[in-house]
Amino acid sequence: MLKLTNITKIFNASTVNEKVALNNISLTLNDGDFVTVIGGNGAGKSTMLNAVAGVWKPDAGRIVINETDITDMPEYIRAKFLGRVFQDPMMGTAADMQIEENLALAARRGKPRTLRWAISKKERETYREMLAQLDLGLEDRLTTKVGLLSGGQRQAVALLMATMNNPQLLLLDEHTAALDPKTAQKVLEITDKFVLEGHLTTLMVTHNMRDAITHGNRLIMMNAGKIIFDVSGEEKQKLTVETLLEQFSKASGTEFANDRALLG
Amino acid sequence: MSFINALPGAIAQGMIWGIMAIGVYITYKILDIADLTVDGSIVTGACVAAVMVYNGVNIWVAMLCAFIAGMLAGLLTGLFHTFMGIPAILAGILTQLILWSVNLKILGKPNLGISAREYAVAVTQLYKWRAIIVVGIICVAIIALLYWFFGTELGASLRATGCNLRMSRAQGINTNMCKILGLMLSNGIVALSGAVLMQYQGAADINMGRGAIVIGLAAVIIGEALLGKLSSNFAVRLFSVIVGGVVYYVVYQFVILLGLDTDLLKMLSAIIVAIFLAIPYWRKHFGRKKITAKKAAN
Repeated sequence: MLKLTNITKIFNASTVNEKVALNNISLTLNDGDFVTVIGGNGAGKSTMLNAVAGVWKPDAGRIVINETDITDMPEYIRAKFLGRVFQDPMMGTAADMQIEENLALAARRGKPRTLRWAISKKERETYREMLAQLDLGLEDRLTTKVGLLSGGQRQAVALLMATMNNPQLLLLDEHTAALDPKTAQKVLEITDKFVLEGHLTTLMVTHNMRDAITHGNRLIMMNAGKIIFDVSGEEKQKLTVETLLEQFSKASGTEFANDRALLG
Repeated sequence: MSFINALPGAIAQGMIWGIMAIGVYITYKILDIADLTVDGSIVTGACVAAVMVYNGVNIWVAMLCAFIAGMLAGLLTGLFHTFMGIPAILAGILTQLILWSVNLKILGKPNLGISAREYAVAVTQLYKWRAIIVVGIICVAIIALLYWFFGTELGASLRATGCNLRMSRAQGINTNMCKILGLMLSNGIVALSGAVLMQYQGAADINMGRGAIVIGLAAVIIGEALLGKLSSNFAVRLFSVIVGGVVYYVVYQFVILLGLDTDLLKMLSAIIVAIFLAIPYWRKHFGRKKITAKKAAN
């Protein structure tokens, strides 16, 4: 499904600020895998997601999705394979545009943008039904500007946009980190629902160890640009925060330095 | 009395600059780019139309060619900005300078008179009411076309690009292409307004675009201040830009009649625009202080 081979990314190469963000990473995701990614600050979690999304090109290595090599494909073209939700609720939607306009933009991901109307009557009904699934009362606010919604509502709309045309890969970059715990829980529930229903292969970066354990079928831990722990199936279901921390210090030789992960 | 006499002229000129301001609106408000190309492209439009009419071409064909010339200017700025990675403001200034030479070459001399008595033009200050009607029809046509365009899939992707670049790319929108397209559309409209202004004044002049961006911004800001609360409908917003242009020129005419030194007008326009641009920033800055003071009092 997704295959990363020997991906390396160095920021500010040959300067005093040189940082090896990804250090020769290889990772293969199977069809339908729901992988949670955890690690300390600067471990390379988001960097790995951005490499797949095409925010920049890796310095070395190849990225392949379903037999298609996307390493050199511009971000906007490879978008047709992907669904993305960002950490910042402001980032995933266009604030000055209506809810239905945002959804219509997402519905045309990977299709040519023509001179037909941006949104059709038929679509509007579909969107109403989709929004009703979120259970946030947004189905009656199709023409509300997204900028007027709360962070949680915006993130839910962003999630709907990311998943609506069944992407081959769903990339979630700490998409609940900026939300209050209750809203974060709700957005995670919606995430689980969409991933299950769509049978979506998913990479979910999270700072919350408990969420990483309770969601998905596979867990990856990263440190200093490397994958230091990869567990799936039954073994993952048995994981606890304590065993994860133990694994971390065993694999990295240091203590897990991220309070958010422990307190969250 | 003289003010009343000057009113039709001010309205006609204001509407012409309103067309220009619609071009500015597309880049400044929709694409979120401050495009300084317009100071040059408005002159390009005037020069192209003047030379063509001078050589016997139909005025409407000449105006269409002016529009296309403006689009090419926008294309150049767009390529500077996207393909060559030059910041948008600088890209616009570079094109503006290029256009200075190009405009001189098109016109062949610093100015060219196109008298309405000798040439069949569509708009002239000799018949101000007729000018208002013709320019009014052009305004309605432009607003209708833009209303349609920005309602299409392509137009929506332009709006999304101006609103949120990262999200647009994630949704598969070619943001560079959208920026170029927006700059082309904007400068095409600006050049068209230059072609109309040339007819109205009866001459194309190499200096007629100096400070055009400021007048355009003033019209956008005035229109928003007067009619912004009325409706968020896109057509109404574009209409308010035209109204902004008219109000600007009526006030302009008024202060001239009050006996204000005309040498100072450009400075005053710029200062007024600067203050209006500062208002949202000040509101944020001082508004914050107010809240803290209230909390402290509790």
